[in-house]
Amino acid sequence: MAGVKLHGTWYSPFPYRVIWALKLKGISYEYIEEDLSNKSPLLLQYNPVHKKIPVLVHSGKPICESMIIIEYIEEKWPQTPLLPSDPYERAKARFWVKFFEEKAPAIWPLYRSTGEEQKKALKDSLEMLKIVEEQGLGEKKFFGGESIGIVDIAFGVIAHWFGVFEEVVEVKVLEAHAFPRLHAWKENFEEVPVIKENLPDRDKMLDYFKKRRMEILSASQ
Amino acid sequence: MANEVVLLDFWPSMFGMRVRIALAEKGIKYEYKEEDLKNKSPLLLEMNPINKQIPVLIHNGKPVCESLIIVQYIDEVWNDKSPLLPSDPYQRAQARFWADFVDKKVYGASRKVWSTKGEEQEAGKKEFFEILKTLEVELGDKPYFGGETFGYVDLSFITFYSWFQAYEVFGNINIEAECPKIIAWAKRCLQKESVAKTLPDQKKVYEFVAQMRKRFVSE
Repeated sequence: MAGVKLHGTWYSPFPYRVIWALKLKGISYEYIEEDLSNKSPLLLQYNPVHKKIPVLVHSGKPICESMIIIEYIEEKWPQTPLLPSDPYERAKARFWVKFFEEKAPAIWPLYRSTGEEQKKALKDSLEMLKIVEEQGLGEKKFFGGESIGIVDIAFGVIAHWFGVFEEVVEVKVLEAHAFPRLHAWKENFEEVPVIKENLPDRDKMLDYFKKRRMEILSASQ
Repeated sequence: MANEVVLLDFWPSMFGMRVRIALAEKGIKYEYKEEDLKNKSPLLLEMNPINKQIPVLIHNGKPVCESLIIVQYIDEVWNDKSPLLPSDPYQRAQARFWADFVDKKVYGASRKVWSTKGEEQEAGKKEFFEILKTLEVELGDKPYFGGETFGYVDLSFITFYSWFQAYEVFGNINIEAECPKIIAWAKRCLQKESVAKTLPDQKKVYEFVAQMRKRFVSE
């Protein structure tokens, strides 16, 4: 695979989406760790508009935005498809990806704030999870059916990162009795070998996000 | 199998217009159903229970939601003519990136331009022009964002042009003075039948926005 490079940060869920897609399709790549407090000239050159990770660089050409990168990977390397082949089912999958992209930012204030703002984030997160639980997953093992697909990858944040946030803020959101389907999905998702072998270390994340939360809260005072 | 296509829409919606342009580009016959957003039809609520928004394309009874997802669906199903997205994966990724940029940035900033006043409006205007200038740089010297032919990114952005008069009057701005290339590009797009027949008259949109603005701004 001529020159596939991925720029990311070890603690962010977004580059992991790309890692999972690449690994599921058996594509080798070089990973480059970025320091977001000191963005490399290369990153700014590859993503001048948003200046964010992940960026996939293929034969010197950059692609930005994690879900757009995944659609690119899917088209370039069709083995182990992540999207259904039927256009209607593809549209449904893309709908859930977009749903999560629009609603997931409600989660961040849960972690980044306190008091009323945090309470609202909790309410918004619960509403979002309820919709996904009841209308997104249904009786399926994965959003993609019997095996994981693009929607599972998009929702991967909930599988691994969300639990860390819950621990950092000491608020339980995704409770098994309230969200039995999502809870089961989470466990199944993390057992998939490619996922299991490609997750940031949980203790390291806990440390990092605890520190970051203290920095954010003291900066906003 | 009969190809039954229904579009649930709202005439001034720049998102609904995207779908109308796509349908026109492909020469698809469809039934247009105007929704009253203050009194949403049972059909809309059934077809889009999660977001309860237009546009919704109903193809042989099955709903597709979210304007750009609908456009991609149309491109994939009616793939025999007028491709909306490029065929090369890298070009497709770039097209998706810029349509996503329009989606994330233009609506929010433009809303501040017509629905606020004072400092908030000034900030909105500044943001609006920054976004348009970024798009101007991306357009460069190409006739269309898609290159030689009208494509996905053009379709995603041109629909906002029908709202430009409203932005200019309520924002007290001159878009052509700040971003002449965008206006030149818009006029070029309007030479296409699918665009010209879809975009409502700017004055009609302005009158609609004037009514809406009353709810947000007391003057």
